[in-house]
Amino acid sequence: MAEEIKLMKGNEAIARAAIRYGVDGYFGYPITPQSEVLETLMAEMPWETTGMVVLQAESEVAAINMVYGGAGTGKRVMTSSSSPGVSLKQEGISYLAGAELPCLIVNVMRGGPGLGTIQPSQADYFQTVKGGGHGDYRLIALAPSSVQEMADFVGLGFELAFKYRNPAIILADGIVGQMMEKVVLPPFHPRRTEEEIIAECPWAVQGKKANRKPNIITSLELDPARMEENNIRFQAKYRQIEENEVRYEEFMCEDAEYLLIAFGSSARICQKAVELARAEGIKLGLLRPITLWPFPTKQIARYADQVKGMLSVELNAGQMVEDVRLAVECRVKVEHFGRLGGIVFTPNEVLDALKEKIIG
Amino acid sequence: MKHEIIIAGFGGQGVLSMGKILAYSGLMEGKEVTWMPSYGPEQRGGTANVTVILSDDPISSPILNEYDIAIILNQPSLDKFESKVKPGGILIYDGYGIHSEIKRKDIQVYRVDAMDAAAEMNNAKAFNMLILGGLLKVVPMVKMENVLLGLKKSLPERHHNLIPMNEAAILKGMEIIQKV
Repeated sequence: MAEEIKLMKGNEAIARAAIRYGVDGYFGYPITPQSEVLETLMAEMPWETTGMVVLQAESEVAAINMVYGGAGTGKRVMTSSSSPGVSLKQEGISYLAGAELPCLIVNVMRGGPGLGTIQPSQADYFQTVKGGGHGDYRLIALAPSSVQEMADFVGLGFELAFKYRNPAIILADGIVGQMMEKVVLPPFHPRRTEEEIIAECPWAVQGKKANRKPNIITSLELDPARMEENNIRFQAKYRQIEENEVRYEEFMCEDAEYLLIAFGSSARICQKAVELARAEGIKLGLLRPITLWPFPTKQIARYADQVKGMLSVELNAGQMVEDVRLAVECRVKVEHFGRLGGIVFTPNEVLDALKEKIIG
Repeated sequence: MKHEIIIAGFGGQGVLSMGKILAYSGLMEGKEVTWMPSYGPEQRGGTANVTVILSDDPISSPILNEYDIAIILNQPSLDKFESKVKPGGILIYDGYGIHSEIKRKDIQVYRVDAMDAAAEMNNAKAFNMLILGGLLKVVPMVKMENVLLGLKKSLPERHHNLIPMNEAAILKGMEIIQKV
């Protein structure tokens, strides 16, 4: 039977998709503009149906450490927050990466720095793809640009997280969190049984059986030689992810003379800017990174010789633009356009910026 | 066909829920829809607005430069959005909320005295449905049967007893809207 098309907010889609994907536990703390994730889960009461745990922790720090504990047992566990709350989670995220634990984190970004505003922003790009917490680690970062992708990336995030034993993050923003669109929810998966978890996660702490050595979940290693070995193993895994998991979308790029690079909600606004530009006879295209890490470096580099200039359009002061510049290695002009602190650009502003900064 | 609509007024006037009912009606009609609220600390008394787009084709940006239709329910919203109606577009306002004249001459202007009609109906909550009725009279973008299905979808079941009242308000709004 075809799934019913529903209308819902992006935040609600994340919550409903989590229940249907068979997530074992959600640990969160309310903050605008993502509170509907926790609200929807509380209203749906999945503990009555699938047995999923939904818990409002005493703080974001507690929530991410509950994720650490749950993930250590091989369960599918997740948390969500918005920018200031995600800053609080960074220590836990570094520990999760260091202990190689799969989990899903959701950041519905708002304007910063500090407590900032509650309006949409993309100023946590650096925090997400360049570190955030300490140490040499990477998060698999997915950037949804529609409510449908908010729903779809819950499953994709967990799939990649378990495939590589690495935390994954959905980097959304206030627009895609708060807007309502049509969505078809993913098919229903029951939660995995204990046996299935043990089979999938032989590393998990599930109670030691007599026939195996103890499993230890830790990010601590006092012997630097062994810590270096761990790091080398992490880096090998990251190279593999970079090789296999780049995702992106192109819009009217084939004959493009100019290229916009934008992710998430900005990409939706840029799509309209492309339509406006094409109506004026400007051959403009859009490349939308779906994975922010691994970044579509090669795919962007391909356009360095085709187009006369690229504009990285972000709701920040210029963050992803650095990765675009690294990708094209100075072979083509790359500029940035953004609005800050919760103000969102319109399609016309994007087009005007293209004319001013790139077309000249 | 695509309708890009801004609904703007005070928090508490039912701006967001009117947009939601319109969006659900579009969903029932088989259209692509987006509903993008201003979600600031404005739920009570401040200004609130929502962009609703109904389209036969996939929708790109939920953020717009200008609108086909502006529904203006208070003075600050008129000051903010009058200039953002497309030439040839439509502006619908509530007579009670607007104190200055509409300056634009290149758009069609309609007035619905919904605040007065809601008072007559002795039901302040009918206000936004009176406005919706006015809109659907001027631009019948969704069939009435789909509006009723949309109401059913967007209202929690415990409020389904209010659907006939809402329908009456929509029909009343269709009667009282007038071209300015």
